[in-house]
This record gives sequence, structure tokens and C-alpha cells, in this order.
Amino acid sequence: MNLFKLSWKNLINKPLATLLSLILFALGVGLISILLLLNRQLEEKFDKNLAGIDLVIGAKGSPLQLILCNMYHLDAPTGNVSIQDARPFMNPEHPLIKKAIPVSVGDSYKGYRIVGTTTDIVELYKAQLASGQLWEKDFEATIGAKVAEARGLKLGDTFFSSHGLVDDEGLEHSDTEPFRIVGILQATGSVIDQLILTNTQSIWKVHSGHGEEGEAHQDTVVALRDAVDQDITSLLVQYRKRNFKTLNLARNINESTNLQAAAPAIEINRLYDLMGTGEDALRTLAYIIICVSGFSIFIILFDSLRDRRYELALMRVMGASRGVLLLMIILEGLILAILGYLFGMLLSHLGLFILSDYLEEAYRYDFNALLFVKEELYLLGAALAIGIGAAIIPAVQASMTDISDTLTEA
Amino acid sequence: MLQTKNLTYTYDGQQLLRFPDIQCGKGDKCLLLGQSGSGKTTLLHLLGGLRQTTGGEVLINEVRLDSMPAARLDRFRGQNIGIVFQKAHFVRSLNVRDNLLLAQRLAGKPTDTGRINELLERLNVGDKLKSRTDALSIGEQQRVAIARALINRPAVILADEPTSALDDVNCEEVIELLEQQASEENATLLIVTHDGRLKSRFSNQIILSDTKL
Repeated sequence: MNLFKLSWKNLINKPLATLLSLILFALGVGLISILLLLNRQLEEKFDKNLAGIDLVIGAKGSPLQLILCNMYHLDAPTGNVSIQDARPFMNPEHPLIKKAIPVSVGDSYKGYRIVGTTTDIVELYKAQLASGQLWEKDFEATIGAKVAEARGLKLGDTFFSSHGLVDDEGLEHSDTEPFRIVGILQATGSVIDQLILTNTQSIWKVHSGHGEEGEAHQDTVVALRDAVDQDITSLLVQYRKRNFKTLNLARNINESTNLQAAAPAIEINRLYDLMGTGEDALRTLAYIIICVSGFSIFIILFDSLRDRRYELALMRVMGASRGVLLLMIILEGLILAILGYLFGMLLSHLGLFILSDYLEEAYRYDFNALLFVKEELYLLGAALAIGIGAAIIPAVQASMTDISDTLTEA
Repeated sequence: MLQTKNLTYTYDGQQLLRFPDIQCGKGDKCLLLGQSGSGKTTLLHLLGGLRQTTGGEVLINEVRLDSMPAARLDRFRGQNIGIVFQKAHFVRSLNVRDNLLLAQRLAGKPTDTGRINELLERLNVGDKLKSRTDALSIGEQQRVAIARALINRPAVILADEPTSALDDVNCEEVIELLEQQASEENATLLIVTHDGRLKSRFSNQIILSDTKL
């Protein structure tokens, strides 16, 4: 019969009150923990998807939308830009731009976006082929690992694209050639896992409504640049070197052309700021819940002292020192805090596990429920401090119990 | 063995109580008689080291309690003094066995379940080992309380009105048990009571009267 066991028995002797503080504590801890996890994993995803892209050039509109649509494939396009307007930036001799990769979005297959682009994009995300090859000819597609897995697609499978970014059978482009899968990429953990990649011309052909067969160009990239009367959604730009000239480039595009240039790093920071407000509110709520639960631990312990005064005096008769009583009550607070913390952890990681399915459907981001972050350890420290803090006054009071007076009263 | 010399106690610095000297040898059984309000319980608490004396000496096995530092006194009390109260109280969240284990533990003794079983058997409550203490009858509770007082083989057993809440049959039984168990452990037994039923049983009697000055 050690002190720990005694404290534990005292707690389960009042199961409802104990359960209530545990639930409150677990809610507070769980909420903070899940915020930490989401925050960390979102930032990691966003950072990974930056992929060394310095600038996105597209149609005028919200710069954040431009970035979200073309880099993260979350939002709808801001509009189209004509290939003529984009052409100057695609010049391989451009003094500032090392690489400009055209991106055309707007079609999808069963919820996964079809992106018309050049094979440079694969390098950008450092993706490797798992099987097959990269797309070369029109209507050849190379798909990301997640698409292949989720839709059970294999090499050689064919499909029709669907207009728009939502899955809708009625909008299928079935009057053209179907796409044929010629390659599957290895998983990278970045957004490319979720994409169906093909060349830009295929997208054009789908939308011109009739397949122009055998328009054999030697080099599809050159053909792309030389096209007329065609649109793309954006250009993903990598600079040769970042300097004041590149800053001016972005400003010039925004001021003197009908294009828009947005820097992902800046827009993503803006996004973090926006998310930060909501996150702050939730975090504040979590802190309030934790404070209330700390207070409820205090109430439980303080209240139980009244019932247990005689027991405490009795323990002193049996040889317990003041310190032992102090320790016993502190232990009760600590046990509640530790259990509450553990339940909270369970809640957040289990919650994320359940949530990750939904988040993947909605945002095509998968979250790892088994990932633990360092801040959760600090949270344990805070939980212990709250446990001790809530128990200290009742504990001191218990240790001050006057044996003789208490025994005489009863 | 239990001894007091010139023992006094002041309530709130006003009412001074002066107690007669007590001398109870090893294995002796003494009865301390007094009316309600004569300071019986106060005296018992002084003897048990539960209350600080104002003047005089309390000796148990020739060790002075009244000048002992607090933490040592707690340990000493747990190991050398067993107390039985008028009404048996227990740590409610623990069952009978765990209450007795706790008594061993708090006194700083090694836990000894054999001793617990043996004592409960001797007191005819061997089958209540796993019972909740509030599920016991009053008589059973008093037996378990006696077991708890004896568990650490104390030199002195103090009993505060152990029979006043009991009917004649139970009174007889409990007092017999107390005497018998004290003899078995060779402990000094001091019973503080106003219960007239006990007078005839003990030759060694101390009458508490006119303690107030």
C-alpha cells in the first residue's frame, strides 16, 4: 500500500468528479495538441510544395488564389493568360529566368486534377518514375502515386477527362481521344502525388472540341511556345539568381502588363497570418478549457478534504507526517494531470487519424497521426505544472490538519 | 510502559488542566475513569502525542514524547502507540486489508500480510479481508480498529471510550478482545472511559476528577 496507490484509490472512490476533470483536461490538451500537429504538418506540406518556385505568373486576380491554384492545386484558377503574353518569359535566353514551366488546369478525372505542363515539372518536385515513362505525345499521361493508388489506375489504362475541378460525369470530355497512362511516379509527399500530368497541347485539344490528329512537332516545348491563340493558366518561374532585378521583374509584370506575378513565399506567409487568427482563437479557447480543468482539479481535491479530514487525522495517528499528507494530495493532482494529458494525446492523435481521411478528400493532403512534435513534450510539462498548482493549496491545508481537534470534532 | 509526571495542559491559554501522575507498567492494564468534560480525551491525546503538552512529561518506554521533534514523533507514534477510538474510522477508499497495510506502511514498517491475516483471524474477522470498511457491522468495525491498533506491535495501546457505543454483549466481547490481545502482544493497555460496566474488570484504576484549576 504505497502512497501512489492510496492517491489512486482516493480518486477512483469519487469516479464522477474524477472523470469530469479528466475529460476537461483531456479536451484542453487534445485541442492544443491537434493544433500543434495540424500547424506543423500543414507548414511542412506548404514548404515542401514551394519546390524552389520563385514566382507564379498568371491572370490578374488574387495573388493568393493564383498561388493556391497553381502550386498547391487547392483553389480555382484566376483566369487564363494567352500564350503570346506568356511567351517572353519562356525564352530560354531570358537573362533572369532560369526556367518557366507552363501550367494549364481546369480539367480533372474523378476528383484529381489534370495538369497540362512540360516534363520540367517532374524535376521541380524531384519526383522519380515508379514505372513506365514520362508523357511525350498528346493524350499521354503520367500520374502521381496517390492518384494511382486512390483510383486504382495502372499503366495502359485510359480515361476521359472531365471539365472542371469537381467530379461530375455529365461534364466528361468524351468527344476526343481518351488519355492513356504511360507512367506512374513514385510518392514524394508533395502535391505532385495528387496530379495527372500531360502535355499542354492535350488540354488544348480537349477544349478545341476536335482532335487534330498527327500534328507532329519534333519538340513539344518549342511547339508550345510557337502556338497561337491558345491559353495557359500560369507559369511557374525559377530565377537564375534572386536579386533586385528579379524584384523589379515581378513589379513590372504587375504594373505594366495584364498579367499578375505573385511570390509564393510572400503569399504563403500571408496565408499563415490568416490562419493564425483562427488558430489563436482556438488556442485561447484551449487554454481556457485547461484553466477550467485545473480549477476543477482544485475543487475536487479541496472538496474531498472536507470529507476526508478525519481520515487525514487518522493517517497522522498511524504515523504519517505532515509531509506524507502533502505528498498524497499533490500526487492526486499529478495523477489527474498525467491521465488527462494522456487522454488528450490519445484524443488528438486519434482525432487526426479520423480527420485525415476527410482532409485528404477535401484538400488532398494526408496527415500523419503518428507524428509527435516536440511541443507536445512542453505540453506535458505544462500539464504537470497545472496538476501541482491545482493541488498545492489543498495539499498544504491537508498537511496542516490538527490531529487532536479533528478527532475530537468527529 | 507508560508514565506521566506533573502533566498540564492549557486550553486557549485560559483553562488549565492538571492531570494526576500515571504509572502503567509493561503489560499492565489500567482504567482511567472520569465524567464527561473531565479532560479524558485531552489526556489520551497528550499520551498519544496527538496534542502538545503545556507542562510536565509523557514517557513511553522511558522515551519522552513531549519534547520530540514533530516528524520523529509521527514515526514514534506509528511504531509504538496503537489507538482505538470510540467510533471506528477508516480510510474509506481502501478495503480492510489495505487499511491495515497502510498502517504498517505509514509507521515505516515492512508490509506483512501474514501478520494481517493472523490478527484478523484472532479477532474473528478473517473473512472480511477484502470487504469495504463501511460494509462491516459496528462490532466488526471495532474489531478491525483493534487489529489496526495492534498491527505494529505497539508498546502501548490507548483506547478512548472503546465500548460506550456498544451494547452489553458487544461491550463484553470488545473489552475481552482488547485485554486478550494486549496480553498476547505484551503491551500496556490504557482504557479511558466513563463506562461503569468496565469498573469491575480492572483493578488498576485512575480516577480523573478536579483536573480544572
